[in-house]
Amino acid sequence: MKFEYLEHTADIKFRAYGKGLEKVFINSALAFRKSMVKKVRGRKKQHIIVEGKDLENLMYNFLEELLFLIDTSGFILSRVKKINIDLKKFKLEAELVGDRVSKYEFMTEVKAITYQELIVREEDGKWVVQVVLDV
Amino acid sequence: MKKISKNVYEIEKEGKMNVPGRLYASEKILKDIQKDKTIEQIKNVAMLPGIIGYSSAMPDAHFGYGFPIGGVAAFDLDKGIVSPGGVGFDINCGIRVLKTNLKLKDLKGKEKELLDSLNRKIPSGVGRGSPFQIKGKKEFKEIVENGIEYLVEKGYGVEDDYLNVDEEGCLKNADFSKVSERALKRGIGQLGTLGAGNHFLEVQVVDEVFDKKVAKVFGLEKGQILIMIHCGSRGFGHQVASDYIKLMDEKYGAKNLPDRQLVNAPIKSKLGKDYLGAMSCAANFAFANRHLIGVWVKEVFEGLFSKFKVDTLYDVCHNVAKVEKYKVDDNLIDVCVHRKGATRSFGPGRKEVPLVYRKVGQPVLIPGSMGTASYILVGTKKAEELTFGSTAHGAGRVMSRMAAIRNIDGKKVKKRLESEGIMVRSGSSKSLAEEAPEVYKDVEDVVGVVHDLGLSKKVVRLKPVLVVKG
Repeated sequence: MKFEYLEHTADIKFRAYGKGLEKVFINSALAFRKSMVKKVRGRKKQHIIVEGKDLENLMYNFLEELLFLIDTSGFILSRVKKINIDLKKFKLEAELVGDRVSKYEFMTEVKAITYQELIVREEDGKWVVQVVLDV
Repeated sequence: MKKISKNVYEIEKEGKMNVPGRLYASEKILKDIQKDKTIEQIKNVAMLPGIIGYSSAMPDAHFGYGFPIGGVAAFDLDKGIVSPGGVGFDINCGIRVLKTNLKLKDLKGKEKELLDSLNRKIPSGVGRGSPFQIKGKKEFKEIVENGIEYLVEKGYGVEDDYLNVDEEGCLKNADFSKVSERALKRGIGQLGTLGAGNHFLEVQVVDEVFDKKVAKVFGLEKGQILIMIHCGSRGFGHQVASDYIKLMDEKYGAKNLPDRQLVNAPIKSKLGKDYLGAMSCAANFAFANRHLIGVWVKEVFEGLFSKFKVDTLYDVCHNVAKVEKYKVDDNLIDVCVHRKGATRSFGPGRKEVPLVYRKVGQPVLIPGSMGTASYILVGTKKAEELTFGSTAHGAGRVMSRMAAIRNIDGKKVKKRLESEGIMVRSGSSKSLAEEAPEVYKDVEDVVGVVHDLGLSKKVVRLKPVLVVKG
């Protein structure tokens, strides 16, 4: 399983999984996007660099960058083509592929990424991420 | 928890709570509220420094980010804190109501054309930018520091559009220098957009009048067509909230807090003041947003109905923090009231109430869930005594969005509403499922509680006719 959505009265909570750190970042990005739009095609490319203070902060800033791109560049993620995470500097670089926001019907609008119950951790060699999105 | 009297429950002070909690609910509503962790959140808020009186929750309360939705808390200006979680991400999410000179029969045969025209004119959903182009950073600053008045000066709308609303459509302590570049970038293309989620634009009809005297002062009568606009500060406000949650987390941390989401800063501190300055910018953006949508709604109606007249009845914020005066232990003092999913409900005489309404109290605008009734009530002295001048803000969610999408078919919701004579336009059928009436508490119950308690009094009930869902 790449990710799953958990019960939450007003907001959206997901848990993403991955065998490596890169994989769990990719799956978290997918869970984030699929909470708004199920399928996105498109060939627009976007390059991002994101920094954080620790791993949780890096995850938060990564997802917030994806949200920022929706409002400011009209870019909605289809998939993460490539991602490199520098664990020493808590810095990542990613190649994104996506499409124009205006071509899609959104199920919901994410207002913000939150620190509520935010988890980024390794369990028996597998990474788990949990995020609550304010919608 | 102890029942004090009908519809009033007290959560007794224990552990680190500085004050007791108060929940205003009927027995039926209480059962819904107890399904999630709302009561735990009321207790958590009671632990914050400088809180005065009670940590309160209105009958539409449910679990939220840090503070419960429906939560009201007032803080001492010297010892107290301000918390972005006590305002919410959608700063100055609120309601604007316009009153028209049309009657229900005037719409006959034109409903579809009107609904489609409104749906075309008012951008809704995600990614539909606004036709209103803000001219760079300079004009953005003007808008967020001056609110509705700036737009009126530019020729959008009339003076009464800001004189007759909360705070005259502008929180005066707005300080654009406290706003991040990222927040500006998220907001600059979004002035005059509804957004998504539970936001909407409805054409409604006055279906019942409860208080003829006050209805007359408000200029309302049975059969009259009104327009209700529900939206907030869009990506701009969301980013201001996110920015300051991060800054407060870094500066003060969450070590002494029962929950990391309650991060805050002393009201007196630089960061506390900065947040209030930036939050006020977002609040003013939201006022301007609802106002601009109102101006476009007017244009659509004018194109379809000759001799059409429209006035702004009122505009309320239901996600905000404000400094207001209250009698505490016989002294009149300034406090910082957080209302998160709660509406101000000032009674007669308060100087904050526009002159035209000051004799009776301010209009209180409470929307129901999609397809159900909404209410206009009037503010009371009782609210000032019990809840720092606050009342409910809506129906209040009971079912999660995910559960709603799983269990409810949006297309069926649309059909059912149509069979009741309510026409709906929506970006997606999934969003119809998320906002279906059954995922909310019954607005009749919520309004019943605030009316019985005297937190605000019913004036008229409104029935939806046309709905544009965000």
